[in-house]
Amino acid sequence: MSEQLVVQLMNGLLIGFMYSLIAIGLTMIWGVMNIINFAHADFLMIGMFTSFWLYTLYGIDPIFSIPVCAVLLFVMGWLIYKYLVSKVMTGPALAQLVVTFGISIFIANTAVLLWTPDFRMIEKPLLYGTWNFGTVQLSIPKAVASIGSVLVSLALFLFLRKTKTGKAILATEMNRSSALLMGINTERVNALSFAIGSSLVGVAGAFLSMYYYIYPQVGGTFGLISFCIVALGGFGSIEGAFIAGILIGIVQTLGGYFFDPAYKYAIVFAMYLITVWIRPQGLMG
Amino acid sequence: MMTMGKLTGRQIVFYTVLFIALLAFPLVVKGTFPTHVMIMVFLFAMMGVAWNILGGYAAMFSFGQAAFFGIGAYTSTILLMNYNVNPWVGLFAGGVLAALMGAAIGIPCSNLRGHYFAIASIAFAEIVRIHFNNWKFVAAAEGLSLPLLPESLGNFMFHSSKAPYYYIILVFLLLSLLICRYISTNRMGFYLRAIKESHELAKGMGISFVRYRLYAIMISAFLTAMAGTFYAQYILYIDPESVLILPISVQVVLVAMLGGAGTIMGPVIGAAILLPLSEITRVWLGYKGTGVDMMIYGALIMVISAYQPQGVWGFLTSIRRSAK
Repeated sequence: MSEQLVVQLMNGLLIGFMYSLIAIGLTMIWGVMNIINFAHADFLMIGMFTSFWLYTLYGIDPIFSIPVCAVLLFVMGWLIYKYLVSKVMTGPALAQLVVTFGISIFIANTAVLLWTPDFRMIEKPLLYGTWNFGTVQLSIPKAVASIGSVLVSLALFLFLRKTKTGKAILATEMNRSSALLMGINTERVNALSFAIGSSLVGVAGAFLSMYYYIYPQVGGTFGLISFCIVALGGFGSIEGAFIAGILIGIVQTLGGYFFDPAYKYAIVFAMYLITVWIRPQGLMG
Repeated sequence: MMTMGKLTGRQIVFYTVLFIALLAFPLVVKGTFPTHVMIMVFLFAMMGVAWNILGGYAAMFSFGQAAFFGIGAYTSTILLMNYNVNPWVGLFAGGVLAALMGAAIGIPCSNLRGHYFAIASIAFAEIVRIHFNNWKFVAAAEGLSLPLLPESLGNFMFHSSKAPYYYIILVFLLLSLLICRYISTNRMGFYLRAIKESHELAKGMGISFVRYRLYAIMISAFLTAMAGTFYAQYILYIDPESVLILPISVQVVLVAMLGGAGTIMGPVIGAAILLPLSEITRVWLGYKGTGVDMMIYGALIMVISAYQPQGVWGFLTSIRRSAK
């Protein structure tokens, strides 16, 4: 294997871990409520800007903004669920698809108004530079973000399997009416899942802000990619989303390397279409 | 109800008056901006009607209509520029090509439901956009400026006034409405609704699920591509950013949803509300690029879909019902 290829594979893996963290929040919301949150990646943008402003105004490093982002996005997710999304839960399927589109347009353009469409960057975060393995270089912030992504995913997994609240969420995901009969407050479970899903993507935003450009429309591509990951991984499957995220990260970088970088996202979308053609329920669905 | 059976006397009077008013509009109203807004209303109403055949009747919520729109716009433009083909022929060619693309994407996606179909349609449209953005043959991201021809109906190009465009798109819209009405009152409409209600039941009744969904996609794609050719002839410049991007697809869905999905007149009402709003806020507030116009637009969408999810048409009929 050539050295270039190792580098490409590693980059794919690093971006893949990030995709996984973004997508597991989305898949949780999708699984529990059967709603696609088109504003999910705009929550990511809010997380990135939160971390950026904490760094710029108060000198707080992104690594310490993680809990702030988690709490802020948790509250935001809860409120958005309570005042907007919950209203369409029993409504027509189309309204469920469209309401979060409205939220997405609103959030992204509010950010344009407040912070202009400019690209920003956190110049020197605490975690900076590269680790060198011979001639292969590994970006430290990317590596840390990937480890963080794995840890957070694992924590979510344990929370869902081991705690009472987590089990209530899983039960609701499996069968809403039975869960309701068992005395689970499914409305509260919905709000909680939406808030946790948002909180996870907020954490992803804090990690991403360490090495990625920060701008109001950053959600666009991440959003589309994460829908593909979720659908590819299978309806509401957290393990599926985790694996599909890594897979798509690798496909994207290798596709760009062997074929044409301009087409790297097109290759991901094509892979998605082919997969759902063969397995409409996704890989793990 | 408008969806079934014949029109009542009052409805006939209403639609006749409306039609005459629409015919007189460009003659009475001075200035190009109001006519432009009306053209955009008709254009998106037409695409909303086309979307409705897919989404409203067959519950295939396509968020990828921009792909068909763009294929229509690019096909007629490329044929005109490179091969000197008349735009009217180009319009037809674009429609056929879009219908074939629709079929090509419809076959692998025919088993997908709900959200999966929605995402697959986005993925398809994004592939098309990315490809056009990098395809040298269509000038990639630079876009194409249409060659200026002498103005005539035969050339599908007018320079001195917007009125001819107004009448052409009005005719296109009426044509789409007639097709939609024909479908909804005939066998295909009932089959599509049966499929929407229950896949399994419809299959059990012997309705060829894949075939009717394919018909719906192809008709919808053809009409949307027609709208695309119209757009190219009207604006005289196209690039991937103006004809192939996701916000166009979303706008089409919103037009249909706002008016009331699954009703014939719904998309027209939706377009009549949404397009003036977005055009006017864009002109008033959008010039600084502050995002205020899109903020209002987004807020409106989320409030309407959360608190009035049946659309304006559903709202009106519920008022009428409770009044009786």
